[in-house]
Amino acid sequence: MSRLAEKLAQQQFVMTAEIAPPKGVDVTSALARAELLQTMDAINVTDNQGACMRMSPVALARLLIEQGYEPILQLTCRDRNRMALQSELLGAAALGIENLLLLTGDHPQFGDHKAARPVFDLDSVQLLKAVAQLQQGVDMAGKALNHPPRFFSGAAVAPAAEPQVLVLKKLAKKVACGAQFFQTQAVFKRSQLESFMASAGLFRTPVIMGVLLLKNLRMAEFLNRNIPGVQVPEDLLQRLEGAADPLAEGVKIAREMVVLAREFCQGVHLMTFGHEDLLPQILADPSV
Amino acid sequence: MIISTPKGREELEALLAGYRTLFLVGCGACATVCKVGGEDEVFATQEWLEAGGREVVGSMVLKEACHVMRAARELRRYRSQVDEAEVLLVLSCGGGVQSISSCTDTRVLAGVDSLFLGNIRRFGEFEEKCSLCGECILNETAGICPVTNCPKGVLNGPCGGMEDGHCEVDAERDCIWAKIYRRLEKQQRLAAFDRVVEAKDWSKKFKPGRHQLARNPGSGVEK
Repeated sequence: MSRLAEKLAQQQFVMTAEIAPPKGVDVTSALARAELLQTMDAINVTDNQGACMRMSPVALARLLIEQGYEPILQLTCRDRNRMALQSELLGAAALGIENLLLLTGDHPQFGDHKAARPVFDLDSVQLLKAVAQLQQGVDMAGKALNHPPRFFSGAAVAPAAEPQVLVLKKLAKKVACGAQFFQTQAVFKRSQLESFMASAGLFRTPVIMGVLLLKNLRMAEFLNRNIPGVQVPEDLLQRLEGAADPLAEGVKIAREMVVLAREFCQGVHLMTFGHEDLLPQILADPSV
Repeated sequence: MIISTPKGREELEALLAGYRTLFLVGCGACATVCKVGGEDEVFATQEWLEAGGREVVGSMVLKEACHVMRAARELRRYRSQVDEAEVLLVLSCGGGVQSISSCTDTRVLAGVDSLFLGNIRRFGEFEEKCSLCGECILNETAGICPVTNCPKGVLNGPCGGMEDGHCEVDAERDCIWAKIYRRLEKQQRLAAFDRVVEAKDWSKKFKPGRHQLARNPGSGVEK
């Protein structure tokens, strides 16, 4: 059982963050970033994030294990058909990777290889199901494996996306197909999280809430315009605009979101984009 | 119908470099509706070619370029002109081009790019609704195809890119799963949304496709 799975099973609050594999073969800076994330329970390793080609996340996840970190391997359906996904999963298991975050993946249109053929042979729900089946020792063709892999399967959800009823129905399917935990898109609004968790909480599947460090107003507006499922509300935009030190205000907002996560969720997923040094401040108790 | 769009004049110019005599072929079916290979376009192309100093030794508009045997037969009627041409330029879908290329050893050039199987919204406005995937799931999706209408072909509800019911790939469009949901709701068939849809059997989309009618066509049922 992975440390992440164990901690969640013991109902301890968990913290995760993410790093992207390098574009190239030098992993020095990726490993240096991992070092700044030492206090995290697990580190997500993104899979050609934003449809931009980078090193295989399986390779970086293994290198993280060798350095004593616990990775969450992200795997998308965009670049691999069902055979490639299953064989990647078996390879990951053989390399000691246990935590997975199984995603449909961004469309190539958003990335740096726009001419690439989008695969999407499976969607995230079908991939979760395939992983569950592999763990029972059978592949998607019904063939027996000589030894089944053991995984802790996660899935993604965007609590702020509308219509929420569809988001919740998809979440229910993911749970039914073997999702053991969720990591969410960034949350910025208490009421949204509250209504989301009122339904999502019923599944008794741990939810690790996304907290994103807003560096300034421009970044917040960019997110609102370009990132589906992320909505920075008006009052936060005003706070960033009025702040003498927008980054400090962003840290304050993130800290408030961590408090929300502690109230409603089972963990927090921190997205700090190069400001990992601010993590202690974001995680500090705001009442002190 | 097969929706296609003309290749740019620059691209055609490069393709035709070194050729002086041409035979032009159009198609009276889809290519005529798409305004890429009907009488008008064949004539306009001829004028353009001749203005560029080339000689169009003959032209014809086939009834349906996709009909292999008929295309071959009609082309034979123009044999002397075809024999004079260094190259044949075909203004039809890729299927039509291949009907022609299969019945002559002369080089055959495609003058248009084929896009998709399309429905017609109104004159000159086409939309892709069906991907010809070989295994129709419309009966379970309120008559709206997610294989085609979702850019990712997601079969189990909206992806993480849905925003306010819109698609992340094209914000102008509804998320097709939001649309399917609304229609199922009206039909009081929401349970159809909740079921887990299995991975698609892409062996049904074997390439190249081949199909032979059953021995008793017209009965409406595959025996």
